[in-house]
Amino acid sequence: MKHTFSVLVENKPGVLSRVAGLFSGRGFNIESLCVAETLDSELSLITLVTRGDEQIIEQINKQLNKLINVLKVVDVSEGDFVEREMVLVKVKAEGNTRAEVLRMADIFRGKIVDVSPREYTIELTGDENKIKAVLELLRPLGIKEVARTGTIAMPRSKKMP
Amino acid sequence: MKLTGAQILIECLKKEGVDLIFGFPGGAVIDIYDELMKSSIRHVLVRHEQAAVHAADAYARVTGKVGVVLVTSGPGATNTVTGIASAYGDSIPVVVMTGQVPTKLIGNDAFQEVDIVGITRPCTKHNYLVKSVKDVAQTVREAFHLARSGRPGPVLMDLPKDVMVDRTEFKYPETISMRTYNPTYGAHVGQIEKAGKLIVQSSRPVLYVGGGIIASNAAAELTGLATLAQIPTTATLMGLGGFPGTHPLWMGMLGMHGTYCSNMAVANCDLLIAVGARFDDRVTGKLDAFASHAKIIHIDIDPTSISKNVRVDVPIVADCKNALGKLVTFLKREKDINWKEKHEEWLAQVRDWDKKHPLSYKEEKGVIKPQYVVEKLYELTKGKAIITTEVGQNQMWAAQFYKFAEPRSLMTSGGLGVMGYGFPAAIGAQLAAPDRIVIDIAGDGSIQMNIQEMATAMEQRLPVKIAILNNQYLGMVRQWQELFYGKRYAATSMATAPDFVKLAEAYGAVGLRATKPEEVVPVIKKALKTPNLVIMEFVIPHEEKVYPMVPAGKATTEMLLV
Ligand SMILES: Cc1ncc(C[n+]2csc(CCOP(=O)(O)OP(=O)(O)O)c2C)c(N)n1
Repeated sequence: MKHTFSVLVENKPGVLSRVAGLFSGRGFNIESLCVAETLDSELSLITLVTRGDEQIIEQINKQLNKLINVLKVVDVSEGDFVEREMVLVKVKAEGNTRAEVLRMADIFRGKIVDVSPREYTIELTGDENKIKAVLELLRPLGIKEVARTGTIAMPRSKKMP
Repeated sequence: MKLTGAQILIECLKKEGVDLIFGFPGGAVIDIYDELMKSSIRHVLVRHEQAAVHAADAYARVTGKVGVVLVTSGPGATNTVTGIASAYGDSIPVVVMTGQVPTKLIGNDAFQEVDIVGITRPCTKHNYLVKSVKDVAQTVREAFHLARSGRPGPVLMDLPKDVMVDRTEFKYPETISMRTYNPTYGAHVGQIEKAGKLIVQSSRPVLYVGGGIIASNAAAELTGLATLAQIPTTATLMGLGGFPGTHPLWMGMLGMHGTYCSNMAVANCDLLIAVGARFDDRVTGKLDAFASHAKIIHIDIDPTSISKNVRVDVPIVADCKNALGKLVTFLKREKDINWKEKHEEWLAQVRDWDKKHPLSYKEEKGVIKPQYVVEKLYELTKGKAIITTEVGQNQMWAAQFYKFAEPRSLMTSGGLGVMGYGFPAAIGAQLAAPDRIVIDIAGDGSIQMNIQEMATAMEQRLPVKIAILNNQYLGMVRQWQELFYGKRYAATSMATAPDFVKLAEAYGAVGLRATKPEEVVPVIKKALKTPNLVIMEFVIPHEEKVYPMVPAGKATTEMLLV
């Protein structure tokens, strides 16, 4: 099963590599990883998506908690949560496909952030399913480049401390 | 007054109660050595950095304090990795200080630069690169706190040369609070009650204890629980000494080379009370067959150890001493239970298993059996020696045939299983306990891994005894080759070896050799009387095996017996 963890860590050098090393050292895969400073500049929030059975997830949770620089671990996917990812997609846009690309961007509430004679670059945000759907639909039109941020997540109506 | 980083470091070490450091100098740590020389702290110069960590590890095990190591950058630092990994595997509190090139050069592939923080990240409890002299005091404080508290372990501090030369105002942080680190010591009362009830309900309980018993000084509480509720007790290699080896409820070690009795008892128990042990694969064998009819209570200070390999019914995250103390209090309230009567049948069964297949070996005329040597070492030291071991058959024979009466009397590399551990460990142990007899039970292969420490032992005038069980093979590997690889002894012959008696003499020590059984006792007696470093070489048969043995991957009940 897919699990999304929010990991609150000290904002210090080497902390991310400790977290990542914990996964690689045990042969667990990280599907997505996002890190940035929080409101408190001494702390960073890591959002981490991984997969595993109940026992593996329990181990991951405990091992993360065991790291000295980790303040708090929440498996947000245990409750109701919102998740978002942002992508930049550069799509071929020539002749009659130009209008089609615009329409797609519009339907998915994307934003055109760069225009050239032959392509549009669209900025999109959404949960994993939406991002997947957009990319599927744009693919036949000719995707030239994609950059994704990875997932960030937050439990609904509960805030991290 | 402003002090240099090196001066601050030494001041902090004194505040932490450090009286002994094992180390080896180099350019990156000259400033620290210069300050160290002016201080009251004793420094033991080893001949290889790996040995420094093993010695500090054993010093920590004997004293219950933190073992301390100081080495230079680059090669000095990398040489410590095996020792650090071993201390990590056995949860031993050690602080390793490595020199580092000046901060300006870090990351530039400077001379003798390695990213030791990166290298040791997976095998330390935590580690630090100290980038400013302002951070020295706080880091030392944290490092010692982390090493000794919670589940103990090695902590590394990497100290760049310029940080040790820079000056700042010295202030020792008297109190310590780390926002992200708060180990749980006290056992949850609700969980204790659940566990207590399971003990009351069970009719075939077994206590299975590991190194946590020793780390938390919980031996008295353990014996208290076992005797109160009449529970037969077994231990891992790391738990030996945690329960008296002569006690009527003692069943011997369990696992791959455990006793028939212990393995059968665990396989047939209805309640397994695991204390400070982590269900290592050398203990459990095939997992589905391990304690498969039993409810499991697991006490451990480290939550990650619980339900990692085996599903646990009652997890108790706590210090073993605290949890066992509370369990005893709970059970003492059950005044109506006559525990002796309640477990009479079970204990009779356990004794029966023990009688059927006790630890034993076949005597052969004219040859020295290694088990006999260990038995005699036990008898002639009245069980009072500190025993260190190398790794392999020697280690298992020591574990099987020396009856450890007290905690902190066996030092062995359990988790990592490092050949070359035993001798430097004996040096650390002897420094920690100058009045005790310290014996390294060694294989001829392993002893050659850190034999250079003879010089260290001589220099420090340590009367350590080395008992080499010489089978001229990497015996444990050879045993597997013999049993499972059609006797193809690939790369396990140690026939080319030094003359150990002459080697001892070359270092100024004493060398003794026994080739016949009747020479064993006189050699041991003579060694024990000699106030000097002694090598005793016992020439044993090439193909002696350790039994019982559970072949890897088999259930622990599928033992090969003598
Ligand atoms: C550093 C290291 N290298 C290799 C091994 C693998 N190993 C485990 S036991 C063993 C044989 C040890 O031989 P010896 O020291 O002669 O002891 P014996 O088994 O003969 O008592 C070996 C090679 C190890 N444990 N540690």
